[in-house]
Amino acid sequence: MFELSLAEARDALRARKISARELTTAYVGAVEALNPRLNAYITQTPEIALTQADAADAALASGNAGPLTGIPLAIKDLFCTKGTRTTAGSLILSPFVPPYESTVTANLLRDGAVFLGKANLDEFAMGSSNMTSAYGAVTNPWTRIGDSTALVPGGSSGGSAAAVAARMALGATATDTGGSIRQPAAFCGIVGIKPTYGRCSRWGVVAFASSLDQAGPVARTVEDCAILLGSMAGYDDKDSTSANIAVPDFAAACKRGVKGLRIGVPREYRMDGMAPEIDALWQQGLAWLRDAGATIVDVSLPHTKYGLATYYIVAPAEASSNLARYDGVRYGARSPGHDLTELYENTRADGFGAEVKRRIMIGTYVLSAGYYDAYYLKAQKVRALILKDFTDVFQDVDALVTPTAPSAAFGQGEKMDDPVTMYLNDMFTVPVNMAGLPGLSVPAGLDSQGLPLGLQVIGKPFDEETVFAVGAAIERAACFSATPSIRAGA
Amino acid sequence: MAYTLEGSTGTWEIVCGLEVHAQVVSKSKLFSGASAEYGGEPNSHVSFVDAAMPGMLPVINRECVAQAVRTGLGLDAKINLWSRFDRKNYFYADLPQGYQISQFAHPIVGEGVVEVILADGTTKNIGVTRLHLEQDAGKSLHDQDPSRSFIDLNRSGVALMEIVSEPDIRSPEEAGAYLTKLRQILRYLGTCDGNMDEGSMRADVNVSVRKAGEEFRTRCEIKNVNSIRFVMLAVEAEAKRQIAVWEDGGEVRQETRLFDPTRNETRSMRSKEDAHDYRYFPDPDLLPLVLDAAWVEGLKAHLPELPDAKTARFVADYGLSAYDARILVMEQATADFYETVAKGRDAKLAANWMMGDFFAALNRTGTTIETTPVSAANLAALIDLIADKTINGRIAKEVFEAMVETGDAPGAIVEAKGLRQVTDTGAIDAAVDAVLAANADKVEQFKGGAEKLFGFFVGQVMKAMQGKGNPALVNEALKQKLS
Amino acid sequence: MSLDPAAVRRIARLARLRVDDAQVAQIQGELNSILGWIDQLNEVDVSGVEPLTGGAAMAMRMREDVVTDGDLVEAVLANAPDREGPFYTVPKVVE
Repeated sequence: MFELSLAEARDALRARKISARELTTAYVGAVEALNPRLNAYITQTPEIALTQADAADAALASGNAGPLTGIPLAIKDLFCTKGTRTTAGSLILSPFVPPYESTVTANLLRDGAVFLGKANLDEFAMGSSNMTSAYGAVTNPWTRIGDSTALVPGGSSGGSAAAVAARMALGATATDTGGSIRQPAAFCGIVGIKPTYGRCSRWGVVAFASSLDQAGPVARTVEDCAILLGSMAGYDDKDSTSANIAVPDFAAACKRGVKGLRIGVPREYRMDGMAPEIDALWQQGLAWLRDAGATIVDVSLPHTKYGLATYYIVAPAEASSNLARYDGVRYGARSPGHDLTELYENTRADGFGAEVKRRIMIGTYVLSAGYYDAYYLKAQKVRALILKDFTDVFQDVDALVTPTAPSAAFGQGEKMDDPVTMYLNDMFTVPVNMAGLPGLSVPAGLDSQGLPLGLQVIGKPFDEETVFAVGAAIERAACFSATPSIRAGA
Repeated sequence: MAYTLEGSTGTWEIVCGLEVHAQVVSKSKLFSGASAEYGGEPNSHVSFVDAAMPGMLPVINRECVAQAVRTGLGLDAKINLWSRFDRKNYFYADLPQGYQISQFAHPIVGEGVVEVILADGTTKNIGVTRLHLEQDAGKSLHDQDPSRSFIDLNRSGVALMEIVSEPDIRSPEEAGAYLTKLRQILRYLGTCDGNMDEGSMRADVNVSVRKAGEEFRTRCEIKNVNSIRFVMLAVEAEAKRQIAVWEDGGEVRQETRLFDPTRNETRSMRSKEDAHDYRYFPDPDLLPLVLDAAWVEGLKAHLPELPDAKTARFVADYGLSAYDARILVMEQATADFYETVAKGRDAKLAANWMMGDFFAALNRTGTTIETTPVSAANLAALIDLIADKTINGRIAKEVFEAMVETGDAPGAIVEAKGLRQVTDTGAIDAAVDAVLAANADKVEQFKGGAEKLFGFFVGQVMKAMQGKGNPALVNEALKQKLS
Repeated sequence: MSLDPAAVRRIARLARLRVDDAQVAQIQGELNSILGWIDQLNEVDVSGVEPLTGGAAMAMRMREDVVTDGDLVEAVLANAPDREGPFYTVPKVVE
């Protein structure tokens, strides 16, 4: 049962070969069995899942099945779920039970999905390792050959990626502000796509950096991601930045092939000190695409190297303002104080973890009087240059292919000495968010220690179809069949 | 003669600018679908957006944008087809988001002008720097509990227009005249109800003083003054305070102050002393506000006639003095009432009735143009009865009082009370004869040269006829019989 | 640009984050490390470049002026850490 992909499980459900209750019961069992080891879920909702599964079986029996009827999913705990606690990985929201359902999860429920629980994440999605969660680190189900060191699943959607990789869910929602879908997907050997900014509604998703945040799915195959994104995406008049553009048949696009496509290779991504294994895998991926009929083109994105520094101005600036609402007055945890200011300062000092506080302070500083022009305004201008780089190369190519991350998964506790070291994880993914483009990570091979590595496909705005086509072509060529050591059904 | 204040070191001039916060007339809030209506049970006009729940997002209300554009057009101001919303970041109990969505760098309306008329009959232009849209905050109640303040977010997110004037105001009178005129324009446009008691309009008052020919000195901002009279008092009180500070060899500090009307003085707001750094930046939840020029033109085409234009038309069409016309256009409803009464009639007579007996009756009975039982049609009918000589002017006043009391039509009152004017010369002659016979001594005196007694005879005849005699016919009969 | 301890305290105060004296030096070091790294942007020539504020290249939609929301007093207050009837509460504010 655990070896079925989402698409296969959907077909088996429709053919009545398995029931939604059987499938959900198996996944509920997997969550119960493995979560003590992996900590992929903050909150488990087995009763809700089984109730939804029974409703799914009724729908299947009556021929009213939706695209996801009976499919058990993990929901990143950044999506507000009506009646189910939503923490954003933070103590400050530990008691928060939303009275509303995010648009993305409402879309999934509309299509019949089953929710197994709320997936762990870096606090407020700020991190690349899941080490900043107030609910404990998530353990990557993969380990190095002959080495039991616990590895990080990446972040911030580490719980989502680990749950999918370990077969604790058939798919999961995730969000990506600077790489939070793609980097954990790469670290956990699964597929994840951050769609174009505006493709998925942000309504009801706890905000980190509003101009960068996008929801997207992680799943075990490119097609599974396409199916999930097809449900999650869509215009929402409750989000002013939601694009009123029709959602195409993403799953169909996976079968298109790449013949005749022009694939750009940004030369600036080949940075000094890139691990030879990563570079080799990249070249392998390009060779596969060439073999499949694509033309490989050398391109230049001259400002890409400034993406990370720009990001670490823009994202903290927006976050410092977005997180001002967590003040202990209307919801969430409150620490007492003798006056209003003390209440605020105590609540926020106790409720936020170190990384969140660090980013709030950076963001506060770069917006403050006398520093706005030097930091924030400057960053917005560099952001414009980064976008222009992409716009220029997309005159000539249909998609770009790069590595997803500069390394494979690392050990829990590594890269923690200096915040900047951790930030460098996102060097290949961040420019895509700065430009609002779609980006997909697909597992393409293992490194010498047996850990998965991902390749990133970047597309034009609202051209996820080409991204899926390229991703599926890499997937077909790579025949990636390795599985993590910790997984359900193993 | 310019307004100045005398200090011990010489003559001082006031420099004042106003930031008026005017609540936009709309059904729902600026960025949420909750009701913008005043009042309501605490926290009932609140959506999850207004309570700044996690993941909630703003979506702008088209009508609020239209109201800001209408106001800009009414102030002869430049409409910016591209504007943007910024976040103004600060923490406060009634500010759920931790920021106010406002327009800092790119307001929707640019420079405009308000012409005010002063008591001496001169006019003055007060420049408008800008108008922008922003969110109102909620309300903190401090007097409900010994240790806690209570928070009601019903006002949170209601649309406000902040209208910023140039520092062109030079006296308390000018400040009052500017606010009065601005309020009148907003009410005419229907973009703000101007209800200062409910806080729909309030002003932050920037005041500094200087000696003739000097550059501007340091200013202080008096926050949230909620009546025109208090603004005028605050300007004067603050100017006098600053003059005293300067003349004592001190230095006026730039700060935020409050006006205390019971003591007629301003005092420093210590709670706002915390150095402010609002960290404005473009709100990433919103996109630039781009207006279609044709849409703006459409709004312009449907603007109502504004007070200055109406005043000019009343002078031209109805032959009124500018002074009378201005009084009649003070409120749109009054002007409309007047036009109903005056149209096709003696416009001057209509104006005299409105500004005389009618306004007096409103004052006396505590009613307004909207609530008075006297309809415009009935007042017009009364004037018609005078014009066609059914009643005379004296009886008209009696009829009018009955209209105020009952709301009945004047014709019905005249008939019911038998107040129709007597024009039957036989009846008049009989009354004249009776009066002259009963006052033979006075007739002698009159004939002996005491001509002022003529008025006495008129009064006696009218009295005998219960006031209904046609005055001209009575005069004529008396003249004839006394000659 | 680098932050001194007073600046760290000023920023923490603006952000309403209590910072204990013992933490100041460490925070100062971390923030200065990040800011020093960010200074690489000084290399970029941005003259004549219009700032890019957001991720979406569209004009803003406007909604119609209709009351569609509200009357949610219990839902709005359900998560309040402290409330009194229909009100949120905070320590008394003296104005």
